[in-house]
Amino acid sequence: MVKIVDVRINGRGGQGAVTASRLLAEAAILEGQYVHAFPNFGPERAGAPVTSFSRICSEPFTEKTEVYNPDIVVVIDSSLLGEVQVVEGLKLGGTIICNYEGKIESLKYYFEEVDSKIYKISGTRIAREELGINKPNMVMLGALLKVAPVVKLESLIKVTKERFKGVIGEKNAKAMKRAYNEVEL
Amino acid sequence: MINPIVKGMTGDEAVAWAAKQINPDVIAAYPITPQTIIVERFSDYVNDGLVDTSYIPVESEHSAMSACVGASATGARVFTATASAGLALMYEILYVASGMRLPIVLAVANRAFSAPINIHGECTDQMVCRDASWISLFGETAQEAYDETIMSFKIGENPEIMLPTMFGIEGFIVTHALERVDTLPDKAVKDFLGDKRVIPPCCTFNPFAVGTFGSLVLQDNYMELKRQQEEAMHKAYYVTKNVMAEFSEISGRNYEIIEKYKLEDAEYAFVSYGATAGNAKAVVDRLREKGEKVGTLKIRLYRPYPASDIYEALKGIKAVSVLDRSATFGSPATIAQGDLAAALYGKEDVPTLHGYINGLGGRVLLLPEIEQIYEQSKNYHEEGKALTQDWIGYRR
Repeated sequence: MVKIVDVRINGRGGQGAVTASRLLAEAAILEGQYVHAFPNFGPERAGAPVTSFSRICSEPFTEKTEVYNPDIVVVIDSSLLGEVQVVEGLKLGGTIICNYEGKIESLKYYFEEVDSKIYKISGTRIAREELGINKPNMVMLGALLKVAPVVKLESLIKVTKERFKGVIGEKNAKAMKRAYNEVEL
Repeated sequence: MINPIVKGMTGDEAVAWAAKQINPDVIAAYPITPQTIIVERFSDYVNDGLVDTSYIPVESEHSAMSACVGASATGARVFTATASAGLALMYEILYVASGMRLPIVLAVANRAFSAPINIHGECTDQMVCRDASWISLFGETAQEAYDETIMSFKIGENPEIMLPTMFGIEGFIVTHALERVDTLPDKAVKDFLGDKRVIPPCCTFNPFAVGTFGSLVLQDNYMELKRQQEEAMHKAYYVTKNVMAEFSEISGRNYEIIEKYKLEDAEYAFVSYGATAGNAKAVVDRLREKGEKVGTLKIRLYRPYPASDIYEALKGIKAVSVLDRSATFGSPATIAQGDLAAALYGKEDVPTLHGYINGLGGRVLLLPEIEQIYEQSKNYHEEGKALTQDWIGYRR
């Protein structure tokens, strides 16, 4: 059976969770893979918790459901940690990648009971330094691709540059590469 | 087969892209909720000068369909899109469009009706239009959304048919979800449809033909005109088959009015339409791995209803579970189950029929629930129940 990879992105309205799940899926399409990617739509407000999904597979698949049991969870905003069950439904042995400024030990404190691989990246800091604004969505995907190569980094950079033409695309590409190299277990 | 251009698009974007390639003469749409991204994206194409379409923003869906009627009566190729309450508001004019034999194409983002207010997926909006003399199709994926946009024009505009066509894709799970879509080059779409509608003489407003449209017709001729619609609908069954065969050839994707999946040796089957069919196929795969003899049938063409094809596909099967993402209340069967029962009644070797209303207002019918339905259909068969109707996936 061909393996479907389910990625859930937890973020807040305005942080680009929806764009991130879309670009991840577009990168997969660019590589000839098959996808179903969409946000969990509700009342849309800046700052409210949002989730977005990318389901990716190298072969065609027909499932059309939300992602209830992700293989990978990407947390764009660490303030969600105390507020939303970001591990909800995560598969046993799954992967969590969190935008987190503190030490990895203190991050792990949030997931004591969870059987999963936990990674951290200083996404906000990288975004501020590389982009000049707090938009860590693409940074988080850069980190994701290091620990779970669902698509190639080059593919993601290509679709990102298509989406954000010019200097913004270049800066995001640089930020993604940096996150790719700086992610910590 | 023509080499595809692969794109990542949502269902709405796929419809808009197909519409751009078709370059219709007129689009009239109400631009506010419950509108779709389809006309929003198309308005970008108009603004960017990528299409020649006259784009008419109107003050309601009733007016949108009325403007489409007027435009189509001049011989224009006309397209619009709506959803949910918007389709309900068009309802009166749907009958005007079909009664005047105008091959308008309407994309429907299938979404729940109010009240309570809801914006999510469910197919009731399109199902309640099934008697309006519109050809009616459902699509499962963004790919089908793209393909059905193109095919719809070819079916409805056939001079033997001259009926409007609507096709539905479910809200959010298809309309707003990104998928891989294999698109055709612009030229292939143009070659398939022709640059302009084929207009039978005397069927349009023009200075050189004499005729009337939508005039007063009472006991003398009304029923004859309605009967002509029925005959056109009957022919639309054959025309749709041909159009799908022709489209399969250029696209390399196999289109049929119904899609049979692992039905050859099946003892049990699901019947569904739209995105639910994708989940049914996934469950069939799981059950087949366990050695269960089960398949599924997807109805792509809902009106005209392909009764004989469905009978041939389901003949000999013990029990069929109809996964119906549409609501009906106080009815002897779910909507799709009722049509299916009528198609099979009195024939030999027909399955028992079990209808399940599910997935209302964006609720997801989960794969384990579909497996549960399968187990139940086996029990029903053993108990000798011929027809049951139930709801699934709600809190009791």
